[in-house]
Amino acid sequence: MTVEAHSAPVFREDTPRPVTGLRLLLRTRPELVLAPTLLVVLLLVWQYGVIWLDVPAYILPPPSDVAVALWRGLDAGIFSRGGYWLHTGVTLSEVLLGFVIGSTAGLVLGTIISQVRIIEATFSVYLIAIQSLPKIALAPIIVLWFGFGLTSKVVIICLLTFFPLLVNSMAGFRAVEPERIELMRAIGANGWQMFWKVRLPSAMPYIFAGLDMAAVFAVVGAVVGEFVGAQRGLGVLILSMNASMDTAGTFSVFIILSLIGVLLHGVLKIISRRVLFWSGTGQNTHSTGT
Amino acid sequence: MALETARLAEPLSIPEDRTQKATTKPAIQISHLDKIFLTVRNERVHALSDISLSVAEREFVTIVGPSGCGKSTLLKIMAGLLPLTSGDLRVVGAPVSRPRRDIGVVFQSPVLLPWRTVLENVLLPAEVQGLPQATSLARARDLLKMVGLADFENKYPGELSGGMQQRAAISRGLVCDPAILLMDEPFGALDAMTREQMNLDLQRIWRESGKTIILITHSIPEAVFLGDRVVVMTPRPGRIARIVDVPLPRPRTLETLGDATFGRLSSDIRRLLYSLGDAEPASEGGGLG
Repeated sequence: MTVEAHSAPVFREDTPRPVTGLRLLLRTRPELVLAPTLLVVLLLVWQYGVIWLDVPAYILPPPSDVAVALWRGLDAGIFSRGGYWLHTGVTLSEVLLGFVIGSTAGLVLGTIISQVRIIEATFSVYLIAIQSLPKIALAPIIVLWFGFGLTSKVVIICLLTFFPLLVNSMAGFRAVEPERIELMRAIGANGWQMFWKVRLPSAMPYIFAGLDMAAVFAVVGAVVGEFVGAQRGLGVLILSMNASMDTAGTFSVFIILSLIGVLLHGVLKIISRRVLFWSGTGQNTHSTGT
Repeated sequence: MALETARLAEPLSIPEDRTQKATTKPAIQISHLDKIFLTVRNERVHALSDISLSVAEREFVTIVGPSGCGKSTLLKIMAGLLPLTSGDLRVVGAPVSRPRRDIGVVFQSPVLLPWRTVLENVLLPAEVQGLPQATSLARARDLLKMVGLADFENKYPGELSGGMQQRAAISRGLVCDPAILLMDEPFGALDAMTREQMNLDLQRIWRESGKTIILITHSIPEAVFLGDRVVVMTPRPGRIARIVDVPLPRPRTLETLGDATFGRLSSDIRRLLYSLGDAEPASEGGGLG
């Protein structure tokens, strides 16, 4: 804080003093302050915007209505057909089952295909072509084949989560640095050691990026499957609320669906931080690098 | 294939004995080695032509040459990572068809596995070859101490500087106690001072461990400083232009870099390399330089 007059501006800094409180938080973890602030501002704008502009509640309910609907749904009994717990449980189990089965199958097949160059050369074009098809369009047929119960949703989710893992694991195995392979050859490694000690760990960043994608697809698959034909689940709840113009209810279910997505993503992130601690992109597995 | 056989059938007259040290049996014996690549566009590339070289046990041989002269290819052939096209290669008397356990390789880049600690990286070859754990662990720790990384065994490669990573890679090359160490421009990516330090360290490691070392470099001073002999190679197809004896006493120190003999040998080799670069391209079929 010198008040001396300089002929030229001098770029200087006082001895840095430790900052505390909110300023410290803003400096070290700005997202902890800024993200919630944004949310509060948006909710306020939404709340008062809807009231001032006199938007009908069946078009866009104010967030307070959504909160009330959410509370009502959660307050109902766990096995109540009108409450959220039962439907959430159904959807969550579809998501988890489908995700685990589908992505495991994709990973295993992608791994096997990648190990033999002839098989990879034969199949990879077709698999990548199938990857780009909108598999969700098959949902009605799958419900027709497997019925209104859990199975059809799990099959749809399997189909959706299979390909990200297949394609990403193949890309991951293809991207293994040739220097690492050469090193393993030079020290006399056999194929098995090559796989476990170098190829698989090297492919892990790609595999986790695939899992992240698959997690999103899994929730999409569950909801679409339930739209097409089901007796229970959050998708069913959305359809019935929509039919009765309960827009606030629909929004509140949407919150639950987002929470399922966030939960899956969070679990994957925790695992990937442990597995990919070395990769530099461990914080965000599909970031495009530094 | 007909072409390859034709080449083999017509050997050039090579003064065989100039590379031979009569006192010890050769660790590596190469005679009339040729390497022809097939590129992805199905063209033949003559990478190495008529290489004959004999390296004695415990000898330190350095190889210099312009980039693209096939020196890395030669090293990979010696390591059993690439097949040779014609000629003969023997390691301790036996022909080489695959990587051998008594040969350690240090590559241009350290190639440490980022998910393994420094110690685990050094142990990798021992693990792959199924050596007894206790012995190799003790040996890995000794090696890390020797290269000055004793305090870093539990760090991950990402936490190490380039020079430290390369020293870890050298420890890894030595962990199975190979008789022969092949090094492919191991210090190419390092800054000048680190590089000098690494040269001193490597000389010490070589003297302490009694290995046979073949080191490829494109630094002439490095080649002269480290080598008992310097093999000078021509541009593609790579041939041996000359093998220069380096009569400088051991251990060599930083003062050696100012020694008159050191300077003379370095400039001789430099002049030779430049003359090769200028004279060679026109006459492909000519004899040795």
